[in-house]
Amino acid sequence: MKKTGIIFLLISITIWILSLFLNQFKLTSEILHEVVKKEHYSLLEPELQNIRDKNFNEVFSFSTEIKSAVSRINNKLESEGKYNEKIFDNYELSLSKASGIGAVSKYPLLFFLLIFGLLITGSFLFILPERKNLPGIKNDGIFHHPATSVQWIGIILGTLLICFYILLYFFPHFITNWILIMDPLSKLMNGNPASQWFLYGFLYTIAVLVMGVRMWIKYRHSKYQLFRTCSVMFFQLTFAFLIPELLTKLNLPSADLKNMWPLDYSFFFDYRIDQKIQAGTLGIFMFVWGIILFTVGVPIMTYFFGKRWYCSWVCGCGGLAETLGDPFRQLSSKKLKAWEIERYLIHFVLVIAVVMTAGVIYTYLSGNSTIMGFLDTGTLRYYYGFAIGSIFSGVVGTGFYPLMGNRVWCRFGCPLAAYMGLIQRFKSRFRITTNGGQCISCGNCSTYCEQGIDVRWYAQRGQDIVRASCVGCGVCSSVCPRGVLNLENLSPATRKI
Amino acid sequence: MHIAIIGNGISGVTAARYLRKKTNDRITLISSESDHFFSRTALMYIYMGHMKYEHTKPYEDWFWEKNKLGLIRNEVISIDFENKKLKFKNSESLSYDKLILATGSKPNKFGWKGQNLNGVQGLYSYQDLEKLEEITPKIKTGVIVGGGLIGIELAEMLKSRGKNVIFLVRENSFWDNILPEAESKMINNHIKKHHIDLRLNTEFEEIIDDGNGNVKEIKIKNGEILPCEFVGLTVGVSPNIEFLKNTKLDTDIGILVDKYFQTNITDVFAIGDCVQHREPPAGRRNLEQIWYTGKIMGQTIAEILTGNKTSYNPGNFFNSAKFLDIEYQTYGQVPANPPENINSIFWKHQIEDKLVRINFEITSLKVTGVNTFGIRMRHDVWDKWLSEELTINQVLNSLTRANFDPEFFKKHETEIVEELRSQIS
Ligand SMILES: Cc1cc2nc3c(=O)[nH]c(=O)nc-3n(C[C@H](O)[C@H](O)[C@H](O)COP(=O)(O)OP(=O)(O)OC[C@H]3O[C@@H](n4cnc5c(N)ncnc54)[C@H](O)[C@@H]3O)c2cc1C
Ligand code: SF4
Ligand code: SF4
Repeated sequence: MKKTGIIFLLISITIWILSLFLNQFKLTSEILHEVVKKEHYSLLEPELQNIRDKNFNEVFSFSTEIKSAVSRINNKLESEGKYNEKIFDNYELSLSKASGIGAVSKYPLLFFLLIFGLLITGSFLFILPERKNLPGIKNDGIFHHPATSVQWIGIILGTLLICFYILLYFFPHFITNWILIMDPLSKLMNGNPASQWFLYGFLYTIAVLVMGVRMWIKYRHSKYQLFRTCSVMFFQLTFAFLIPELLTKLNLPSADLKNMWPLDYSFFFDYRIDQKIQAGTLGIFMFVWGIILFTVGVPIMTYFFGKRWYCSWVCGCGGLAETLGDPFRQLSSKKLKAWEIERYLIHFVLVIAVVMTAGVIYTYLSGNSTIMGFLDTGTLRYYYGFAIGSIFSGVVGTGFYPLMGNRVWCRFGCPLAAYMGLIQRFKSRFRITTNGGQCISCGNCSTYCEQGIDVRWYAQRGQDIVRASCVGCGVCSSVCPRGVLNLENLSPATRKI
Repeated sequence: MHIAIIGNGISGVTAARYLRKKTNDRITLISSESDHFFSRTALMYIYMGHMKYEHTKPYEDWFWEKNKLGLIRNEVISIDFENKKLKFKNSESLSYDKLILATGSKPNKFGWKGQNLNGVQGLYSYQDLEKLEEITPKIKTGVIVGGGLIGIELAEMLKSRGKNVIFLVRENSFWDNILPEAESKMINNHIKKHHIDLRLNTEFEEIIDDGNGNVKEIKIKNGEILPCEFVGLTVGVSPNIEFLKNTKLDTDIGILVDKYFQTNITDVFAIGDCVQHREPPAGRRNLEQIWYTGKIMGQTIAEILTGNKTSYNPGNFFNSAKFLDIEYQTYGQVPANPPENINSIFWKHQIEDKLVRINFEITSLKVTGVNTFGIRMRHDVWDKWLSEELTINQVLNSLTRANFDPEFFKKHETEIVEELRSQIS
């Protein structure tokens, strides 16, 4: 059964990757009229003459032609000083999508069902046989297996994931066919054709759900793990996926109501504030909700429960890490050096997030585009989005799962985690209690701590574990063969540190 | 002053660390087994692929130099107690002013026929693990001899690598010299659930070779022959003091020490598994090969050598283990067969492998010990109860306070207390 599962998975992924190279593309003047905004039409029309009505057998050269046409136009506008006429729309994607005429464009639903049907069935065939193991911690072979110990399968997986993120963030037009395949579902859910973000949201959600089922089986002896996994699956499916799509369908500002600043770094960006203001009461509610969440919600909840209430029960990044990422949790570095880097990096990101947001709000309110006379808030915001939002949280954060463990972003980069970490460290009831002298220093806890905390260091001294980075996943407590560790909320005065 | 410590296990390393906190003396840790301290208790997890060797090292490699703890990887073959000199295998030597012996244990072998064949071994050292790893590809069936804690670990290890495992236990039931009958039976069943071929009341006679010095089969006392490629000998351990026998050092089974770890030779001390206490603390055996006692001995010797003459005081007995999927903890005294003045009452879950047993004195009702399987309990709470000599009723009234299971786990205390109360009356 497991073998059949793997075959299904491989077929599915092969078809999916091959589908990138299928389809044909032909740009007609009707499509140009339909897709291109009026103000851009006269600029683009002449530049795209050379590919008009020409048949392309793949999307790469086709979309590249469009992209270079747009940049030629932008260069020209720039040299003429007409900065505000520049084109920021992603025409290489929208025109490519509209110009598809091959198999993928004709039968997107077929591709969708075939690829994801096989993917999901294959995954379950692979996962479900684990039920025949007796309940209990079964980490056998993890460091022998080439997927979970940074050997060849792990390296291939990591490479594929990294490539996927690079395509998604920086070359979405190259995955036009993948986005086309999502059109039928997207139209059904929100009434619009799919964007790359719809594709991403869909993949993210099925990853959390399918791998969540794996978690149910693996940790079926632990109610803590079961409840927590159900929780992240629920929040991903509803708050992150269904509700935002539904809001879009109802023509309301779409929002993931559990996401919050500073993880949601664009929360205070002008277009998002404007969008909410325009949407009236609901929009204002969303804005106020978003602010209350991080000003009041976070301190209160973190005081009572530690940052786990968010990081391993609610958050989307955490949700993916705890489901898709669980097979890789043992790969986080436990070195003291890594902890040092972590502290510098994550608090640096927090500071940058605060400065960037302050600048953006200042610009929004005052109309001044620079702070202190030299720092351009637009540039700051652009680079934050590029370096932190895309590269760090996406390419590195998830792409490196099979190479550096499943919480690279949460540990080293997430500004919200940094903020909650400070509260958890200094003012919280949460701690991991050590059970007297029972620790045998075996190291299971440290090995399986995704946050790279050397749990054993504390446990073998009989100290409680109070660390800013602990996301309260509870796995150290689950894997400990001597029942030494327990996640508890008690009066801060009783911490043994 | 130079303090030399033979053995870099938990006892020697704890002694070195605590000494370093208090003195600037030169400290040297000597081991023939590994460059750095690792956790012997985690050997099984390396084999099963839960961890790699480096994960079992509680301190990173820079730790030793930073704390000015000298490390020597070499075997001491003899000690010149007169001139305070250690002789190494490579004929180098090292002088000391004070010597701490923390040489640990070695697996027992009782002179059976075939005990030195290829594929026959115990599990104690890292080298044992390497040997096992090396022959693993050849193993189809492994036979484990001896039903103790290391035996069941070895059985689990082989099972995790897809081997057939036959587990020979001489007694009527698994570990029944330590565990009361109900517990022992429960573990028997659990072992079988894991498809381990548990043979109780079974002793082996000899191990038979294939003519090339490898194990071919093992013969048990009823004459049955079990073909196998591996035999694990796990019939207990004894102090690793071969090189100290027939010297001036006073030894019996272990190195004889008083409650300050002083041997019969001035400036020579012994701690950890290799020790035999001349006057063991109340409620303790004279040989106790446990992780935490090694740790406590290490801490205590550091106190003693830095001028604070404290005697060895390990406190109330406690211990823990894991039998495949069943976690076990014990606090106080719960002997396999309760003495006459002790009442022993227990609750067992109808289906799951969960069990709680509490012993108390019949006349005074003072609680003397607890066994808990599948339910975690708090060490500090039980320790306090035992020290304060709470009665069984007081304990049952507040049993929930001892629960240490993770959040949301099903709590059985109501059921347990009800059952135990009914057994008392
Ligand atoms: C597989 C296994 C599982 C265990 N699990 C548990 C458990 O779960 N709980 C528990 O409480 N206990 C457990 N134990 C027992 C526990 O590990 C020991 O009690 C403990 O390791 C003893 O520590 P020590 O420092 O006294 O000796 P050791 O750890 O044995 O260290 C002694 C060291 O000295 C070295 N040495 C000896 N002689 C010389 C010499 N002449 N020259 C140089 N070096 C020398 C040895 O090579 C060794 O490295 C387990 C033991 C084993 C083998
Ligand atoms: S897993 Fe448990 S016994 Fe092992 S080092 Fe961690 S706390 Fe100690
Ligand atoms: S310390 Fe334990 S609960 Fe905290 S993140 Fe690490 S494994 Fe999870």
